[in-house]
Amino acid sequence: MNSALRQRLIWLVSSLLLAASVAAIPALNARSASFAHVAATNRFGFRLVESAAAAHVQTQHEAPTFDERLAHIMPQIASTGASVAVADFDRDGWQDFYVTNSREQSLNHLYRNKGDGTFEDVAAALGVADVNQRDAGVSMGAVWGDYDNDGYDDLLLYRYGRPELFHNEQGRRFVSTGAHAGLPAHVNANSATWLDYDRDGRLDLFIAGYWREDIDLWALPDTRVMPESFEYANNGGRKYLLRNRGDGTFEDRTEAAGIRSRRWTLAVAAADLLGTGYPALFLANDYGVSELYVTRDGRTFTDVARESGVGVTPKSGMNASFGDVFNDGRLAIYKSNISEPGVLVQGNDLWVPKETGKGGEYENLASSLGVDLGGWSWSAQFGDLNNDGTQDLYLVNGYVSAGERSSYWYDFSVIAVGHSSIISDAANWPPMKGRSLSGYQRKRVWINDGAGRFTEVAQVVGATDAFDGRAAALADLRNTGALDVLVANQRGPLLLYRNEVDPARHWIELDLEGTTSNRSAIGARVELQWNGMKQLQEVTAASGFSAQNGRRLHFGLGAGSVDRAVIHWPSGQTQVIEKPAVNQLHHIREGATGLALAPGLADPAYAGAPAQPPTPAPGHRDINAR
Amino acid sequence: MPADAIAAGTSVARRWPRIDNRLLPPLLITTILITAHLSFGILEGYSRTGIAIATAIVAELVLGRLAYGAWPHPASAYITGISVGILVRSPFLWPYALTSWISILTKYSLRYKGRHLWNPSNFGVSAMLLLAPDTVSLLSIQWGNAIAPMLVIWLLGSVIVWRVGRLHISATYAASFLLLGGVRAAITGVPWVTAVAPITGPMYQLFTFFMVTDPKTTVRSRRGQIVVVILVAVVEMILRLAHVIYAPFYALFLVGPVAMIIEDRRARRVRL
Repeated sequence: MNSALRQRLIWLVSSLLLAASVAAIPALNARSASFAHVAATNRFGFRLVESAAAAHVQTQHEAPTFDERLAHIMPQIASTGASVAVADFDRDGWQDFYVTNSREQSLNHLYRNKGDGTFEDVAAALGVADVNQRDAGVSMGAVWGDYDNDGYDDLLLYRYGRPELFHNEQGRRFVSTGAHAGLPAHVNANSATWLDYDRDGRLDLFIAGYWREDIDLWALPDTRVMPESFEYANNGGRKYLLRNRGDGTFEDRTEAAGIRSRRWTLAVAAADLLGTGYPALFLANDYGVSELYVTRDGRTFTDVARESGVGVTPKSGMNASFGDVFNDGRLAIYKSNISEPGVLVQGNDLWVPKETGKGGEYENLASSLGVDLGGWSWSAQFGDLNNDGTQDLYLVNGYVSAGERSSYWYDFSVIAVGHSSIISDAANWPPMKGRSLSGYQRKRVWINDGAGRFTEVAQVVGATDAFDGRAAALADLRNTGALDVLVANQRGPLLLYRNEVDPARHWIELDLEGTTSNRSAIGARVELQWNGMKQLQEVTAASGFSAQNGRRLHFGLGAGSVDRAVIHWPSGQTQVIEKPAVNQLHHIREGATGLALAPGLADPAYAGAPAQPPTPAPGHRDINAR
Repeated sequence: MPADAIAAGTSVARRWPRIDNRLLPPLLITTILITAHLSFGILEGYSRTGIAIATAIVAELVLGRLAYGAWPHPASAYITGISVGILVRSPFLWPYALTSWISILTKYSLRYKGRHLWNPSNFGVSAMLLLAPDTVSLLSIQWGNAIAPMLVIWLLGSVIVWRVGRLHISATYAASFLLLGGVRAAITGVPWVTAVAPITGPMYQLFTFFMVTDPKTTVRSRRGQIVVVILVAVVEMILRLAHVIYAPFYALFLVGPVAMIIEDRRARRVRL
């Protein structure tokens, strides 16, 4: 074959191949970004019904108004503050929840579960409503934890302003601990969590700053307050590791513990991720890499994010939650980021511990499992929504929903790539002028098939809202063995999705109470074994973004029955519960019955009857008795 | 990709020091990539960039061998692959392979009078941005926070393109962008530093040094090159005013082939 003929032939073949390859792009794109379209709702065994109004939960989040020099980008600056945190604050056996608001002079809400499917707002009566003022700051979130081990969950409120701890007076009222507790005077925080990092049986606090703590957002020193980089910023707020002294006060151990981060943290969650016996802190940071602080002695922490793999690639972290996605006893970390078609496709991260290697290493399996593209993602929670025995994932998203036909993305992309001298000055940020930035987004409900694949079913099962979601929390609010979903939306209503699950599917719930360990049992790990499977869950405080799930551990079982539950308490004790009854909530006290708790000890609260009055746990001092 | 042209080694290559000019752009871009990744972690992982490079080189070797009966020098394909690996952002692997594959294919199929019309990676990246917006975006971040890395890359890049005789193209483009940024700032009301902010980022540096300078896909005369690159900047400005985020890539995509066709026709007229 002569040269000219050969070249013509190659030209022809190349052209055909090029045409075929280009034609394949849209198909591959659609397949990668596809949402499952399913014919029958009952295929997944559950559906979600938005029922906030029917439950007498009617609240609308309002945003604050900061320094007028930020007015041109105020929707971005005032883009957080809608949060929800679940706890049974009055110990009546029904889980309640606290909702924050953020406009100056607006009121927060504490919805007490009346047990009949409705709620009443008792925040004002109990003293935790009127907490958003210009001088103290405005709410960004709250997290429950029984810091004095008196049996009642106390409430930490974090703000753009002064964090405040409210002591729960046996469910009858809340009293601010004021300056006595020793909390920092001013933190511009978007996240905080309770953890017992030194395993002394008392809950400690971790509060993560976002903006610098010396910034008063209502009276800026100048406009150079923005992140110095879109992906390498180190000019955010400091962190606070506050050790519980046991006398109602906290001491700042941050520096001594070796935590010096100044990244822009949006979410923090704690769990024993590396099997050290101590809780590790995972920080999902905006404008940078994640951090993973590990302690092996309960005193000092080391950031192992880079060597573990979770802190290498900088993205826009907005969520921290843990789940055993493969039912193999390993907790994966889910971190949400930004995905905007055609502009910025960071993809969310699902960090799964590697099975091989030297240990402590993670690999990102988000795209392999199909949970990577979630829009401008915020809170994401693991939970078995359909009681089939696997951990599903509920994700809310959307940043700023304003003008429906106008987008700020072009201007955002211009400033985001600018050098630190440009991006860090708010005066250089183009005005938003009522435009949207990743607004009106579809939520994601990913159902885990247990075989390494998640299917997106939000529209099919009823999660059809398009508000700017921030916090999502899962809790069995009706004591039916189904995880309901609470969603707090920025500048939007609080949604309550009632979960209607196929009643043929079994479940079990465990309500743990520490005795030697902290009474909230935060940090306790339960490995449930059934039908040859096992699933690990850990009691956590904060989870997701500005959210806290119900602290009871909920396991779906499919058609199975439980072989045993193995509980690893933070104190180091291990407790084994053999063949606990299914379709029941079990209240389990640390070490109460030796190795096992008989099924007959199922908590009477499950039936809605009043729980037994709490008694101080052995070995715990009631330090706040008044 | 871009530097394929540069890589092709040209008559204006300076002879200092004794390094094959075809290897200079690959060396520079590799150094930039490794330094940036070790310093700032700009890559999702080596695997994605590796796939892009491997795909480009294998495609080039196979097609080149089949078309011309000889093994082509891999420098050009290497730059195409590594540019794709740096520029493309996706949580999936397939876009990296497919972008490289399409980029190389264009060299052998989209040809006019014996020259390929588009800068290969410009075509590949533009096609992916247009047709796979759900799963593909481009690198759009900074080189950390310090000014030093940015200056070093500008300096090194300038030396390299000077050695291969293309500095006038890069310089003209950068100057045009800065000037036209002033026009955009006047029209839109944003500060000038905001309007020109993209030029401080790596995406623009790659574009300026490796894509817009590609001799295989630019006109031959020095004057013509300057005119064309100004036109690229003007079209980019128009696209930016229309809020097109990846304006420079589309501007080059539109202007480059048209300029080459016009040049060819003018040359034919002169010969007649």
